[in-house]
Amino acid sequence: MLLNIKNLHVAINGKEIIKGLNLSVNKGEVHAIMGPNGTGKSTLAAAITGREGYEITQGEIIYKGQVINDWSPDKRANEGVFLSFQYPIEIPGVSMTNFMRTALNAKREYLGQPPMAAKEFLKKMEEKKKLVQIQSKLTNRSVNEGFSGGEKKKNEIFQMAMLEPELAILDETDSGLDIDALRVVANGVNQLKSGENAFIVITHYQRLLEYIVPDFVHVMYDGHIVKSGGKKLALELEEKGYEWIKELVEN
Amino acid sequence: MSDEKNEKRVLEEVTGGEYKYGFFTDIASDQAPKGLTEDTIRFISKKKKEPEWMLEFRLKAFRHWLTLEEPDWALLHHPPIDYQDIIFYSAPKPKKELESLDEVDPELLDTFNKLGISLEEQKRLSGVAVDAVIDSVSVKTTFQETLAKHDIIFCSISEAIQNHPDLVKKYLGTVVPYTDNYFAALNSAVFSDGSFCYIPKGVRCPIELSTYFRINAANTGQFERTLLIADEGGYVSYLEGCTAPMRDENQLHAAIVEIIAHDEAEVKYSTVQNWYPGNKEGKGGIYNFVTKRGLCKGHHSKISWTQVETGSAITWKYPSCILMGDDSVGEFYSVAVTNNYQQADTGTKMIHIGKNTRSTIISKGISAGKSNNSYRGLVRISKKADNARNYSQCDSLLLGDQCGAHTFPYIRTANDSAIVEHEATTSKISDDQLFYCQQRGIDMEKAIGLIVNGYAKQVLNKLPMEFAVEAQKLLAITLEGSVG
Repeated sequence: MLLNIKNLHVAINGKEIIKGLNLSVNKGEVHAIMGPNGTGKSTLAAAITGREGYEITQGEIIYKGQVINDWSPDKRANEGVFLSFQYPIEIPGVSMTNFMRTALNAKREYLGQPPMAAKEFLKKMEEKKKLVQIQSKLTNRSVNEGFSGGEKKKNEIFQMAMLEPELAILDETDSGLDIDALRVVANGVNQLKSGENAFIVITHYQRLLEYIVPDFVHVMYDGHIVKSGGKKLALELEEKGYEWIKELVEN
Repeated sequence: MSDEKNEKRVLEEVTGGEYKYGFFTDIASDQAPKGLTEDTIRFISKKKKEPEWMLEFRLKAFRHWLTLEEPDWALLHHPPIDYQDIIFYSAPKPKKELESLDEVDPELLDTFNKLGISLEEQKRLSGVAVDAVIDSVSVKTTFQETLAKHDIIFCSISEAIQNHPDLVKKYLGTVVPYTDNYFAALNSAVFSDGSFCYIPKGVRCPIELSTYFRINAANTGQFERTLLIADEGGYVSYLEGCTAPMRDENQLHAAIVEIIAHDEAEVKYSTVQNWYPGNKEGKGGIYNFVTKRGLCKGHHSKISWTQVETGSAITWKYPSCILMGDDSVGEFYSVAVTNNYQQADTGTKMIHIGKNTRSTIISKGISAGKSNNSYRGLVRISKKADNARNYSQCDSLLLGDQCGAHTFPYIRTANDSAIVEHEATTSKISDDQLFYCQQRGIDMEKAIGLIVNGYAKQVLNKLPMEFAVEAQKLLAITLEGSVG
């Protein structure tokens, strides 16, 4: 099992957001997490990636057989956890190329490998840029600076392609994307899918899941996963709305 | 001469020789008694075998200094300086020679390694015996040959006083007179040594000049005096300081740098300063009180100041430009970092006097720990300065919540045709930015280094390349442990 979350409770500033969540993800699987705003979807992503301010008050996150509750965010990243941010931040003055190179070489250093040669690195950049249809000049710019919403999301997938994670979490990757950008992003993700990695796709809408087809769909409500099923669950949810889930929970 | 004897002689010349120049063995003591009186001044001048006019210069300055009071308008705090407790002259002692790098403070070596300083350079900086025959001599010799070919004068100011008195008399004190301020008066009275450079008409100095290559590069940090002159059409780029952390038993450093650029001449002056900043509790550390000023005397002349200030307990300096010549240009690029208990009150003055003059100010302050960092700048456009242009950008970056960043911009225009632009930002390294880097596998320290260097890039880009690379590393090291 790649990721095993057991009875997870997460609080922000003392307020409990995730109230006992269980989730198992195996290599080769795509899991979708859906649910209305405020149910804890992004909090789950923050807890898995180790963001400060998100306190695990109970339970365990077990990744590749180890409890990672106390691991730093960069250690988790170097062990293959990747988050495609909902709101990618800008870092002025730091070029994408420099940023990518630093990240890549940080991982290699962690794994005891020598830094990548410049030629090899640039070749890899070109290859992955094509995958997500990112224009060459974007990588000369500072990280996310002046990028449109769609470009920012593509840039997230580009970074994912460069870092080749084992567990990728896509946090509302479809928000703010038009249908064409959505297709490009989804295509990029699908090309990266292998039997060796897994995806957790967090989304409001069923639409993305037509392109990135999930093996499992989980619906979150009030800090729990209240219903799990196959991809058909997403369609049912779309049809019946979150009111249906609320009713289910209340009964 | 046998090879062994030759080697010994060369070693002596290179390591010991720089301390021999200008000092004669018939003077009894090696240093002046503590305190500052007219006798101290005469002692200094006599030690240096200075001509009468130089002694007069010093005495005038000293007498004036006695009438002044230390200024206290800056946003800086320090215990009162006891001028009678300072030794104002020490004959530079030959550095205690070490056998190998193993004898050097490991923390210092660690910093050298982080800065990417080569082993040979590390040895030289730590006072370990250098393989003189291979390294220093050939490099220095080639350098001097190149300068000689172009008739460029580059030597210590002490040498210049002896060998080029006319030039020194003509220019010394013309840009920073001893009456300018308290510390200028002090420096003019007791200055130890510094660089002198004269670029003849139409000559473009082909190499970056730096203090290292000056033969008399002794411990002159205390009261350094530098004078650079670029004659018509001349060009020179000068590098002061180094990224390696520098210690000094003398706490007060009051230097003066004067630059004169004639018609169509250009001087680029870059400084990387990493003097001992004091310990984490704010004890000790150098006081760096400097007066630097450039006179764009000729038309179409240009003077650029670029500084990376990361050291010293207190940094107090305003490298400035007087834009006297028509169409002259003044530039100031600065990154000033303060951490722990460091303090900085730094900035620039751009004085527009001639017509069609232009000035650019880019100041990037970075505060961390419990430090205080102030930008203080003046843009003055005088009545006759038609069509003056100024662009100023003052940014402050705060790391943590216990440091301070302050901006004191002064704009005084007396001419309607002036265009003056001022932009300022204050920001923090956001947690979001840090987390974004960490989520990509970049640890906290590296992330801060990356973000800070991105912030300072505009200024670092102005440094000569080798300096720029070292400066980047220096920024990261200075901010170690500042967040988290």
